[in-house]
Amino acid sequence: MAKTFEKGNVAIAKAAVAAGCKYYFGYPITPQSDIPEYLSGVLPSVGGQFVQAESEVASINMLLGAGATGKRAMTSSSSPGISLKQEGISYMAGSEVPGVIVNVQRSGPGLGGIAPSQGDYFQATRGGGHGDYRIFVLAPSSVQEMYDLTVLAFDLADQYRMPAMVLADAMLGMMKEPLDEWVPEPKAFDKGDWALGGASGRPGRRVKSLFLGDGELAEHNWRLAEKYREIREKAVRVDVQVPDGCELAVVAFGSAARIAKSAVDRANDEGRRVGLIRPITLWPFPTAEIREVAERGVPLLAVELNTGQMVEDVRLSSEGRSPVTFAGWPPGYLPSPDDVYGEIARRLAGGEKVA
Amino acid sequence: MKAVFTRPESLTDKPFHFCPGCHHGVIHRLVAEAIDHYGVREKTIGAASVGCSVFLYDYFDIDVVESPHGRAPAVATGIKRANPDRFVLLYQGDGDLAAIGTAEIIHAANRGENLTVVFVNNTVYGMTGGQMAPTTLLGQPTTTSPYGREFGQDGYPIKMTEMLAQLEGVGYAARVAVDTPARLAKARKAVFQAFETQVEEKGMGFVEILATCPTNWGLPPLEAVKRVETEMIPYFPLGVYKERKGKDFL
Ligand SMILES: Cc1ncc(C[n+]2csc(CCOP(=O)(O)OP(=O)(O)O)c2C)c(N)n1
Ligand code: SF4
Ligand SMILES: [Mg+2]
Repeated sequence: MAKTFEKGNVAIAKAAVAAGCKYYFGYPITPQSDIPEYLSGVLPSVGGQFVQAESEVASINMLLGAGATGKRAMTSSSSPGISLKQEGISYMAGSEVPGVIVNVQRSGPGLGGIAPSQGDYFQATRGGGHGDYRIFVLAPSSVQEMYDLTVLAFDLADQYRMPAMVLADAMLGMMKEPLDEWVPEPKAFDKGDWALGGASGRPGRRVKSLFLGDGELAEHNWRLAEKYREIREKAVRVDVQVPDGCELAVVAFGSAARIAKSAVDRANDEGRRVGLIRPITLWPFPTAEIREVAERGVPLLAVELNTGQMVEDVRLSSEGRSPVTFAGWPPGYLPSPDDVYGEIARRLAGGEKVA
Repeated sequence: MKAVFTRPESLTDKPFHFCPGCHHGVIHRLVAEAIDHYGVREKTIGAASVGCSVFLYDYFDIDVVESPHGRAPAVATGIKRANPDRFVLLYQGDGDLAAIGTAEIIHAANRGENLTVVFVNNTVYGMTGGQMAPTTLLGQPTTTSPYGREFGQDGYPIKMTEMLAQLEGVGYAARVAVDTPARLAKARKAVFQAFETQVEEKGMGFVEILATCPTNWGLPPLEAVKRVETEMIPYFPLGVYKERKGKDFL
């Protein structure tokens, strides 16, 4: 159980190896290139393969190929590259192929910039590809969680036979923190009845998303929907710190949650009662947990590094039971705890109109 | 009694859905014969592409993963890298391989991936109703080149085999046709060679097969077969463009 001091990106790469991932496919892009750089050095020595692909389109399809044979594999990129992966993600969801996709978000739209941002929330949680599908979206907010949630992503992907995304950002990727490199117990997932490996002693099988038979595709979609319903029920992860008597609860994920935490602590130190809700799974979203807080009449303040995306899910979760407001900072200016504290203070003073 | 025409073992008994006179069926048989000959049915994983051959998995009794349009060489790379002892088979059309998937095929070839690629060039997008392909011949009318392909507007038909043969990672590259018994025999040899290249780990084994699409050419089957010789072969010369003897990579 090695204790180290590590960069967030490297924590993800190390977690992948610890989780038994032997195959990595990717294309360079800032601010995540530490991941392929690390894995290109390590994977060959554990009997794995590192392939620098010609594009993100190719990388995600390599992941589809490796995943279809039941092998643990990963790709990583940052926002513009994740846009290119959407076709493949849709195919993986449709043909129920597990695989881990890491998005160390930079800023957009377009080439945007390399500053940290949470501008890909919609793309990640709504499915940027075509069709009626969902993928796991896990949002770390520390270097340790970069590691822990990457390990979890592999398990969830295998358990539910679908893609799982780790949604980080430039800040989490580049910063260094203490890291406990725990070694996960290898979990056995039975892939014997679907993974491809050659039709030895059995008829050929397919991994596919094309269903043209009468009613076949509707049936397939309903089956996927049932899987997603089960996941919503069982797999939500959220950190809820909203004690009784709170005057306000901030909802924030990832690096925004780190900044918000300092602001919330300051408000509480000053004698106010402010809570913090930190979604860890962005899909499945902690709808019930947020509704429970809203039912207690606690006003909600969504804080994001964008101009307002997750706030829509917060509103849907609250269903009007308590007021929901938003404070956001698009890329190029990283808010300080004081900035967030200012937004909290304004709401406590009743200065913000309810949206 | 000696059976003169039997179904290759790796083909299922499902009747082909292809149009009358379409060469996809003949080419499927050739590929199945190669699978049987090399005894790789039980270790083959196919990467199907998008086009009239998308139902590959209905006809071949092998494991198959479906790829997005053009991406089969990337999917196959993922399969092969994670399972180097498996036999990985690609079957792609000209729209799939020579248009939308150009980057994927070139780079899989250039990396020297040990893959076998069967490239079916019928000079049109068959599945989507006969639109112009990058391989459509000059003057050939299609539903999106109604006045015939004109180079000033659409460029020239692309010669993939010649291009790929330039790449160090390609172990075998040939262009064949299946319009006469003599050419069919040569085509069988070429397909076998493309299989052998992978078996011997000499890089990519690539075979382009000139094929008919009577439906979208607007020709009766017999005339479509004639067109292979009169129009296609003169522009797309047949032959072996590359044959690596040993593992003599640079
Ligand atoms: C991303 C994407 N674009 C377009 C299509 C539509 N499409 C399906 S098959 C095809 C062309 C197939 O032509 P070819 O590869 O030559 O195969 P053929 O049918 O001629 O054998 C196209 C454009 C698609 N399925 N996906
Ligand atoms: S449309 Fe063309 S390529 Fe497709 S099955 Fe018919 S003849 Fe063959
Ligand atoms: Mg075609």
